[in-house]
Amino acid sequence: MNFAVLQFPASNCDQDAVHAVQVLGHRARLVWHKEHSLGDAQAVIVPGGFSYGDYLRCGAIARFSPVMQAVKQFADNGGLVLGICNGFQVLTEAGLLPGALVRNRDLQFHCEYVFLKAATAQSPFTSQIPAEKWLRLPIAHGEGCYYADETTLARLQANQQILWQYCDQQGNLTDRANPNGSLLNIAGVCNERRNVAGLMPHPERACERILGSEDGRLIFEGMIAALEGASRAQAA
Amino acid sequence: MKARIIVTPKKAVVDPQGKTVQNALAQMGYHGVAAVHVGKYIEIELAPGTDKAAARRALDDACHKFLSNPIIEDYKLEIE
Repeated sequence: MNFAVLQFPASNCDQDAVHAVQVLGHRARLVWHKEHSLGDAQAVIVPGGFSYGDYLRCGAIARFSPVMQAVKQFADNGGLVLGICNGFQVLTEAGLLPGALVRNRDLQFHCEYVFLKAATAQSPFTSQIPAEKWLRLPIAHGEGCYYADETTLARLQANQQILWQYCDQQGNLTDRANPNGSLLNIAGVCNERRNVAGLMPHPERACERILGSEDGRLIFEGMIAALEGASRAQAA
Repeated sequence: MKARIIVTPKKAVVDPQGKTVQNALAQMGYHGVAAVHVGKYIEIELAPGTDKAAARRALDDACHKFLSNPIIEDYKLEIE
């Protein structure tokens, strides 16, 4: 499978995302933010970092990059898009995902491992995560507190658009396990069509045992399984 | 002509910066502070001869789409 990994000025997890895709045995290509096309990409990763220095608001300027028009079109056509950390912020600013990410409740930058629970297996991003498996993934952010108004939250719950929630080692959604104050312990969500998702933790930094966790693979493997399923269906 | 834009967090959004500043003010002995909200101030210098009404319409649009995020922020736009 071919992944496109976007590259904005001050993206800093772009190479990690490319590496993770390659570790999983697939191809990834960096796409500079001034490009207007995603080429033959079958999935897009909007990586972490501090695009445009986080000026104004995180992700607020990156969303106007030429490449984001192509990403919007790709998503409108049903293409898989995953935003990680700053990429999640970019996708919410672009209106491709609901809600917003605001300053962590304790005003601290959190760089640590957290546990995540997949709230549903019904998405290309969570389908390969076994039930009762809590993902151990690193976070590194200062503005990861998920916020949406009550109507939006109710809609997210009704449509099962909450994909990942911060939990403790036993899988309980406690306030203590919530590193940033996100409403409902939300670590990641998807759009209504379930082809665009974003999360604050970094699965791309957890795809090899030497890095301390391989749990991130499960998220990419879900995307790859969905793509392979789609190409088999097309060939049949 | 200048446009002054004040962006503040919506009341429903937790504002840890505002709360921290409020606590610091209390510690310094400034009493009677009921709440503090920390936002942004953006000043835009308009080119000479700009039509004020047109500038207001354009900037209102820019505030809504870009300079503020309506999900989490309110803004106030003044042109003088």
